[in-house]
Amino acid sequence: MNANDPILETLNLVKEFKGFVAVNGVSLKLKRGSIHALIGPNGAGKTTVFNLLTKFLAPSSGMIFFNGVDITGERPAQTARRGIVRSFQISAVFPHMSVLENVRVALQRRLGNSYRFWQPENSLLQLNEHAMALLADVGLETFADTLTVELPYGRKRALELATTLATEPELMLLDEPTQGMGHEDVHRVTEMIRKAAVNRTILMVEHNMSVVSSIADTITVMQRGSVIAEGSYAEVSANPQVIEAYMGTTDTALQGAH
Amino acid sequence: MRLTTYVYIALAALAVLAPLIGLYPVFVMKLLCFAIFACAFNLLLGYTGLLSFGHAAYFGAAAYTTGYLVKTLHWTPEVAILGGMALAAFSGLIVGAMAIRRQGIYFAMITLALAQMLYFVCLQLKLTGGEDGLQGVPRGNLFGMLSLSNDTTMYYFVLALFVTVFLLIRRIVHSPFGQILKAIRENEPRAVSLGYDVERYKLLAFVLSTTLAGLAGSLKTLVFGFATLSDVHWSMSGEVILMTLLGGVGTFFGPVLGAGIVVALQDNLADKVGSWVSVIIGAIFVVCVMAFRRGLVGEAQAFFGRKKKTA
Ligand SMILES: Nc1ncnc2c1ncn2[C@@H]1O[C@H](COP(=O)(O)OP(=O)(O)OP(=O)(O)O)[C@@H](O)[C@H]1O
Ligand SMILES: [Mg+2]
Repeated sequence: MNANDPILETLNLVKEFKGFVAVNGVSLKLKRGSIHALIGPNGAGKTTVFNLLTKFLAPSSGMIFFNGVDITGERPAQTARRGIVRSFQISAVFPHMSVLENVRVALQRRLGNSYRFWQPENSLLQLNEHAMALLADVGLETFADTLTVELPYGRKRALELATTLATEPELMLLDEPTQGMGHEDVHRVTEMIRKAAVNRTILMVEHNMSVVSSIADTITVMQRGSVIAEGSYAEVSANPQVIEAYMGTTDTALQGAH
Repeated sequence: MRLTTYVYIALAALAVLAPLIGLYPVFVMKLLCFAIFACAFNLLLGYTGLLSFGHAAYFGAAAYTTGYLVKTLHWTPEVAILGGMALAAFSGLIVGAMAIRRQGIYFAMITLALAQMLYFVCLQLKLTGGEDGLQGVPRGNLFGMLSLSNDTTMYYFVLALFVTVFLLIRRIVHSPFGQILKAIRENEPRAVSLGYDVERYKLLAFVLSTTLAGLAGSLKTLVFGFATLSDVHWSMSGEVILMTLLGGVGTFFGPVLGAGIVVALQDNLADKVGSWVSVIIGAIFVVCVMAFRRGLVGEAQAFFGRKKKTA
């Protein structure tokens, strides 16, 4: 396989919900090693695309190739094991497990003992060191023993990122990683993403245009289920169709970027 | 933590001494059988988050199997118990494979419907004795040597198995597998996105639960010497739910306490108030669900302010 081949490619993805077309003929090519942003007004179909790519939803038609392999018919967990791991728009943690345990759940899969109901729990202790290192990367090492539900929101998102990274995904899908965060947290998470992007590909949905403009290599703009523009930040932000799409909504993020 | 340790020591002493201090062994054995049943059920409801409404099927299927193997084929009790458990495991695998993808009430409905089918099969078949069930099942000799016809001997056999099951469930909950079960209960889509085939984990938990429910049914047949339609009846499925919720779902000791209360009420009230016992138990259930959501043990834990770091 050529390093210039796209890591992920979709062909004419369509998702219809009882007559409503949420995703309409989306064809994407993700360049290996890049940070690719998916933007668009509310309801454009961004999360639905994520659900299709990770198999949480089956497409009505179209195909998905990962590293040249057709994965359209795979089960979600299978796709995750292949190396496409997602985060969720609303923070997805295991609330009544400790922060350390959250990351350990992700690490545990590689140990291959997850069906062993007769094995004592301390067989998982060997993962602690690795888990602590991952927590340190996102500044959570002092919270290791905290019950996750007690973490402030921004920290939960950081934990989610650490958990996703623990699976060492080849392609990481982040659905609005900075949503609902204060200024400082946004900055911290942006830096974490930049760091995480070394040696992997990232596809992220993001409403915050200053984040998008600072880290995304390529931007795809969606509106009402279809792709209306693609290119660098300078290209898409000058595109009249994109400007119109954003002006038609209350979303002022694009203008606020500069 | 220390308090629970003392409670466990006291209970263990009581259990070991029970026959010596004049507790009626058959009563305690009945209690222990239902405690095993409720603990098995709790593994599913409390630690996996699945509500099966047909757990009597596995209890009853194993009860009949063990009865048949001992009475007709003259197998030794321990092998007959394993036979009962194997059938319970196998039926659990089949039912689980059909039901596990369904959520919530649909899962409950499928397990109930399949359990009702088994009830009618047991009612019709010659093998199971129709309305009479299997009567006069001997207890036989353990490993072909140790006679279980003595109630005290049988009692210690049942107690040993109960302790094994209790410890096994603790181990399952605190194992690498248990950790994933917990993750699934906490956030299923996240567990999927991390690459876990959640249905397979649920199915394994389901089969473990039905297998242990089978052990309870097999033991019950040996203790009383019969297996009847009431073992596969839907009301038996209801009873185990009641026991678990009453004692405290998702706690280790709750189902044991719940089983103890229900069995004690049934035995003590049945000859005094007749079938009103169902009404009384029903009323207790309603009060319990409305006032003590977490069950007796769950409420006690909350009261003593202990953080449920385990469970
Ligand atoms: N399961 C579903 N059933 C029916 N309609 C759905 C479903 N999921 C999404 N939709 C619809 O599809 C459209 C696209 O939704 P989607 O969540 O993908 O938008 P989005 O681009 O992620 O928006 P946001 O920026 O608000 O997160 C919306 O109109 C939504 O109501
Ligand atoms: Mg969305």
